[in-house]
Amino acid sequence: MLEQISQLGRYGSQFLQQIGQSGIFLFRVFIRKPDFKRLWPDLRAQLFFIGVLSCLIIIVSGLFIGMVVGLQGYNTLEKFGADTQLGQLLALSIARELGPVISALLFAGRAGSALTAEIGLMKATDQLASMDMMGVDPLGRVIYPRFLAGLIALPLLSLIFSAVAIYGGYFIGVQWLGIDAGSFWSNMQSAVNFRLDVLSGIIKSIVFAFVLVWIAVFQGNNCVPTAEGISNATTKTVVYSSLSVLGLDFLLTAMMIGGW
Amino acid sequence: MKKQQIVDLSVGLFMIAGFFAFAVLAINVSGLTDFISTKGYHVSAEFTNIGGLKVRAPVTVAGVKIGEVTNIELQPEQLNAKVTMLLNKNRQIPYEDSSARILTEGLLGSNYISIIPGFEDADPQHPYLKDGDVIAKTQEAIILENLIGQLLFSINKK
Repeated sequence: MLEQISQLGRYGSQFLQQIGQSGIFLFRVFIRKPDFKRLWPDLRAQLFFIGVLSCLIIIVSGLFIGMVVGLQGYNTLEKFGADTQLGQLLALSIARELGPVISALLFAGRAGSALTAEIGLMKATDQLASMDMMGVDPLGRVIYPRFLAGLIALPLLSLIFSAVAIYGGYFIGVQWLGIDAGSFWSNMQSAVNFRLDVLSGIIKSIVFAFVLVWIAVFQGNNCVPTAEGISNATTKTVVYSSLSVLGLDFLLTAMMIGGW
Repeated sequence: MKKQQIVDLSVGLFMIAGFFAFAVLAINVSGLTDFISTKGYHVSAEFTNIGGLKVRAPVTVAGVKIGEVTNIELQPEQLNAKVTMLLNKNRQIPYEDSSARILTEGLLGSNYISIIPGFEDADPQHPYLKDGDVIAKTQEAIILENLIGQLLFSINKK
């Protein structure tokens, strides 16, 4: 009994230690003064890897999610004779919730896991240590451009997701199910407020981007440098990222609806 | 070199696509163009009862949206509600004799304000509503429960 309680205590202190380590890690990454001239080639390559290569999965899933929300929404709204409100339903649910959250989840699976595996393998093959030995700071050279690229890429990806999803819903609602295009757009525009709906979605996706990249690069940098350790770290990245996105989403939504 | 150019090009296209999506969301979805290009002017009106009127509710003339409610507050002395609304700058409403009513969209919809314009040539010094004006003539919200109550009362009397 006593043994189990002390085991629990060990887990707790390990958990706190990890959080503390990741906080110190974040501080050490961001303490530098950015030299954008030298950073730019790395940043560009990472933007390609994290952003451009994630575009396809974001666009395809955005299109299908918009189409599904359009179809489901139409079938429900039609029962109340409110099928012209589909635009409002679609735009609000996508701009506020689905856009930021689903693109963050996809991003965690597509880019976060890859970041962890890449950095973990660099650590396992002593590339980070040898960089350090040559006097090149691995945090500035490897971690920092990836961090910035993620911070830029995810908000853009979630904007693309939202726009594509709304056009997917438009395609289903207007072109296929025959809602009037004018009332679709005008209901949407009168219901969606730029600051409260679009901007709060963007703020959400910036927060998600920060947390996701933080988890991914920290897990990579902190992994046990073996094959098993890298696989563990990659799994942890996806699990922690997904959970923290969903948890933070609730928190942010509560803050935004409460009016900060 | 060739591959580097493809990377550059696709990163550039990705950034452009992101900003384009932002523009679509801002202009096409949220209809931002109404209020950001033309700064509006604030006008207020006092109602004895605003029913379910909320901030951001539309303000219309002849059914066309020309602005929205920005603030609702209870005035401590008169104990009535002062509703401030932001109207689009290029929509001129005659000052004299204009009145504001609180109406309901459909039977159970949300409340909105309808402004009924008055006469245009009443006062050459102050022809149109301008920033800070108060619309003098108002009509309070029609509350369904009160109407039903009155109806039941009048039925019972017979």
